Amino acid sequence: MREVYADHAATTAPAPEVVEAMRAHASRGRFGNASSVHRRGEAAREAVEEARGRLARLVGALPEEIVFTATGSEANNLALKGVLAAAPAGRTRIVISAIEHPSVIETARHLASRGVPLSVVPVGAEGILDPAAVAAALGPDVALVSVMWVNNEVGTIQPVAEVAALAHAAGARMHCDAIQAVGKLPVDAAGAEVDLLSVAGHKFHGPLGAAALCVRRRTRLVPLIHGGRQERSRRAGTEDLPAIAGLGVAAERAAARLAADAARLAGLGGRLAEGLLAAVPGARLNGDRARRVPGIANVCFAGVDGEAVLHELDLLGVTVSTGSACSAGSPGPSHVLRAMGLSAEDAHASVRFSLGGETSEDDVDYILEVTPAVVSRLRALDRPAMPGRASGVR
Amino acid sequence: MIYFDHNASTPVRPEAVEAMTRALAELHANPSSLHRAGQRARAALERAREQVAGLVHCRPHEVVFVSGGTEGDHAGLIGAAWALEGRGRRLGVSAIEHHAVHGAAEVLARGGFAIEHLPVGPEGWVNPASLDVLPADTTVVAVMLANNETGVLQPVAGIAERAHARGLRLHCDAVQAAGKVPVDCERLGVDYLVISGHKLGGPKGVGALVVRGGAPCEALFRGSAHEGGRRGGTENLPGIVGLGAACAGAARELDAEQARLLALRERLESGLRAAFPDAVVHGAAAPRLPNTVNVSIPGARSDHMLMALDARGVEVSAGAACASGAVEPSPVLAAMGVPGALAVCALRLSLGRGSTADEVDAALGALVESARAARALAPELAAGPPR
Repeated sequence: MREVYADHAATTAPAPEVVEAMRAHASRGRFGNASSVHRRGEAAREAVEEARGRLARLVGALPEEIVFTATGSEANNLALKGVLAAAPAGRTRIVISAIEHPSVIETARHLASRGVPLSVVPVGAEGILDPAAVAAALGPDVALVSVMWVNNEVGTIQPVAEVAALAHAAGARMHCDAIQAVGKLPVDAAGAEVDLLSVAGHKFHGPLGAAALCVRRRTRLVPLIHGGRQERSRRAGTEDLPAIAGLGVAAERAAARLAADAARLAGLGGRLAEGLLAAVPGARLNGDRARRVPGIANVCFAGVDGEAVLHELDLLGVTVSTGSACSAGSPGPSHVLRAMGLSAEDAHASVRFSLGGETSEDDVDYILEVTPAVVSRLRALDRPAMPGRASGVR
Repeated sequence: MIYFDHNASTPVRPEAVEAMTRALAELHANPSSLHRAGQRARAALERAREQVAGLVHCRPHEVVFVSGGTEGDHAGLIGAAWALEGRGRRLGVSAIEHHAVHGAAEVLARGGFAIEHLPVGPEGWVNPASLDVLPADTTVVAVMLANNETGVLQPVAGIAERAHARGLRLHCDAVQAAGKVPVDCERLGVDYLVISGHKLGGPKGVGALVVRGGAPCEALFRGSAHEGGRRGGTENLPGIVGLGAACAGAARELDAEQARLLALRERLESGLRAAFPDAVVHGAAAPRLPNTVNVSIPGARSDHMLMALDARGVEVSAGAACASGAVEPSPVLAAMGVPGALAVCALRLSLGRGSTADEVDAALGALVESARAARALAPELAAGPPR
């Protein structure tokens, strides 16, 4: 049976050169603690700095602005809590969009439960934030605005630079969760004038366990993990050298392939979306048709349970998700699709296909071959959309 | 090259490398995904959870995977302190904790919590009776299982008993103990316990926090339902399976390795005493890890010794690796009352799985030569009597 992995937005397989770099650093003779003074520790430190430079180049930052973390969720937690704790007196409010990743939304909600005022800005039916709506939410009490570069469920691109300009005009800091954008689009932290930017290696063929928060100069931040002077005292803990080295290699690889991959994926993703809409009666593409990353197609197959589609496709070798992996198995429909105005039933009927660097024309053909039949079979069962479980992993 | 710095980091065990390599090659999916590839990743994650639970004697569902000891200490101590905030905003922290615990206490202090330091005696251990003087609004106490610098084992079971009698929760950093001595969460009676992969033959970037019996703990990193809602973030699956394999290997070899290392430590210490009759082994009278020797050779400053030993192919550390770059004497030795002139000469030699008797003998030779060189570099230390 053909195996087609179409869940790249959840996680991507580490590239062979990434695995090789990790293996080289994990092997015996290279296990120094980067904080130790002996020569092995010295070599480990150099490897960490090399990776830092590579990642900085990919995201338009300076090497010293990169703070390595374990996960993208940690980077998002650090951005919100760290900036808030360092904010000047009188600036206590956080502004986020309604379609942020759970690691931003739940952190903001948690802070709200401890008395931090929170404004959640709605998005339009196309899944894109209107800068005017952000402007309306701003005020002299805002410490931080957090808006993602690309939405993880529907792939829509947000007006980050415009929002950053508005945030700065109001005297607030700007954080951008760019986890779904890096490696897929040109991301330039300096150009977009964001103050903080989150990146996760495993979304662009880097390793799990290595991510970063880019903290641009003159951005004050209180660390969440303290003790030890690693990462210029902004994140304590012995550096995960193999993973960090792997992240550096993945960053360099992504930078080299970005333009070619994006063009190829635009072709494949466009063909997939158009093909599904044409072949499945009543299918609708969730999110703006133009302002999106090329590889993600989130499609509503009205009248079926998206999770049933997922399992049926899985048995046919096609790996997809409902919503995002990060919310897989959680009750309730996708907060992103609901924020875009979909009914709970339509949100439950939606499936995310996300393509990546190794996806081929044949893979897309296979998805287009099997999916319409799966949907019509499920519709024939005349089962109502199942409430309860929806929405998948990021 | 003789690597006697296993308390800083250990080589990765072959079975851990193999498990990680397999995960990197075969388990690409996100363990939270509902499809079969995701569920295969999930199964590997749960297998590793059982392996960790097997090493520290807890229930698998009590294991929360984190990115290492530092995060684990933060997640346990900060998580407990915030969860118990309604009952008080004070915690007790032993004076000899690792930076990770002191750092977590510092984060809490910035959030308005009061920190009480529990003293240690000259042998480097915390007296359980010191808990009795903690003010009534104390909610959590942090005492490590084995000190990273001296290797001194703390009377954690007795401390847990006293803590629970007063309604306090106990956080225990077992990062240096796990894999070297038996660690039994149930017998110790701890509420939160932390281990780190790279200290026990596993990879860096992974560790575990054990939250026992539903002890209250707020998530440090919020997000999705990962780790039962206790830690947001996609799980580092290759790291986690590497940790699991290392725990299984360490558990299997624990008894034999403990005895072997103890014999090597005794060989090293008797060699040191013979070569340097004035040498002081810190915490010598206390129960200690079988692999750790913290020794001061009077007159031989530790930074000079480190360089001289490194040039002779012997890698050791002065105090803790995380404190390197700092010239001040170790706070752990200061808390034990070691005089400054002696403390600046402290070297930590920590043996491990690959260490041999030949290496011990060779290191002793290098120590003798290095001490001669180091003493010449700091004649004022060598001449002056220890204060």
